[in-house]
Amino acid sequence: MAARRAALVVGLLVGAVIVQVSVLAPVIPTAVVPDVVLVVVIAVGLCSGPTDGAWAGFVGGLLLDVAPPADHLLGRWALAMALAGFLAGTVDRGSRPSWLSDGATVAATAFVGLAVFALTGVLLGEPGLTLAAALPVIGLAVVYDVVLGLAVVPAVRMLLVRAEPAPRVRW
Amino acid sequence: MARTRTRPDREPRRPRTVLLVLLLAAVALISIDLTGAGSPARTAAGAVLGPLESGANRLLSPFGVDAFATRDDLRAKNADLEAENARLRGLVASSDVDRTRLAEYDALAAYTTAADLETVTAHVVGIGSAQSFRRTVTLDAGTTRGVRRDMTVLGPDGLVGRVISASPTNATVLLLVDADSVVGARLGAEHELGMLRGDGSVSGTGRLQLEALDRSAVPEVGDPIVSWGSRGGVPYIAGVPIGRVEKVVESPRDETASVTVAPYVDFSALDTVAVVVGARQGS
Repeated sequence: MAARRAALVVGLLVGAVIVQVSVLAPVIPTAVVPDVVLVVVIAVGLCSGPTDGAWAGFVGGLLLDVAPPADHLLGRWALAMALAGFLAGTVDRGSRPSWLSDGATVAATAFVGLAVFALTGVLLGEPGLTLAAALPVIGLAVVYDVVLGLAVVPAVRMLLVRAEPAPRVRW
Repeated sequence: MARTRTRPDREPRRPRTVLLVLLLAAVALISIDLTGAGSPARTAAGAVLGPLESGANRLLSPFGVDAFATRDDLRAKNADLEAENARLRGLVASSDVDRTRLAEYDALAAYTTAADLETVTAHVVGIGSAQSFRRTVTLDAGTTRGVRRDMTVLGPDGLVGRVISASPTNATVLLLVDADSVVGARLGAEHELGMLRGDGSVSGTGRLQLEALDRSAVPEVGDPIVSWGSRGGVPYIAGVPIGRVEKVVESPRDETASVTVAPYVDFSALDTVAVVVGARQGS
């Protein structure tokens, strides 16, 4: 069951990389593109906890690090997304999911992920990258991600529940 | 349900330990890549993910009907591409510097080196997002079609960039506007030389900054800029139009001028490009 779930998540992440790089990037008029991979990672974290979120973030980030147009240092997205997925997983899952809490979680964790990625770039001396230039980009990206998250989080939740129909036992 | 009672905690006990291990793994990857050892992983991933990107782009782009193209369509498309190829070749030979005094010399010099270019036409199938703070794109042509590292990439309007890595089926291109991109440039009618750097801006088409090697010569607004060209045409061939001088800000104190160049190519709307794979020998 865990294997099925893991396979589903990896499949989702590969699909997300392709959609982000090849489908959305040429269509969206701005250079900023919705972070499909990051939103899927956050959704996995939200739906199945910090451990799964961190793993999904690491794998998804690594995919985005090596997928063709990437030229930054390997592991930067993996670092940022592992953190974002973990943080999304620590949100209290006892309460019923609502659009508002989903949106707020996506906004906060996406900001952390994007900011950590930009910060590692600044620390590692990536050319032409300053925090002043990064902030508007991150701001617009967070807006995109929240909009995307409102659709993706419920979809991922449904898929994960379907992959593992056993109810959670509480007593 | 007795089974769950023996293992009430279905998740691993310590998510923080997992996170720490993963973060350390990512840091390790970064430091490995700092030594330059990461490129095989990138090439391997490109071999798998590249064709997926090409396929997705072909299927889901507005020209998605291409997937169901008949042979006549393909033939017509081939003719179109050949025509475009010829146009690109003509463009390289007769660059926009024509109107300047140097036109004849440049045309002659460029003619011998650049008129007989062998190019591979390719489409942009993947674009790096601005959140990565790099300006790179993926092409659907790779080493099997002769595309290699450090080859010049041309667009219909002028210079686009250079190939920085290639897998069998795909290639990654560093665009001129990337902050890491430096091109030798020749400007104006006085045959001055300078270096063009991308400003790394991630919005819009981007601008280039020119550093003239001769500080005393200040270019004028509207001066055309062509590529200088390196030995053996690596990574940039000579005589390709790049852009026009858009703004000159002189600072008299340190006798320098900050020159902004507007590229001819619209980097936010790239589609068909040509990779210069070599000059035809013996022609």
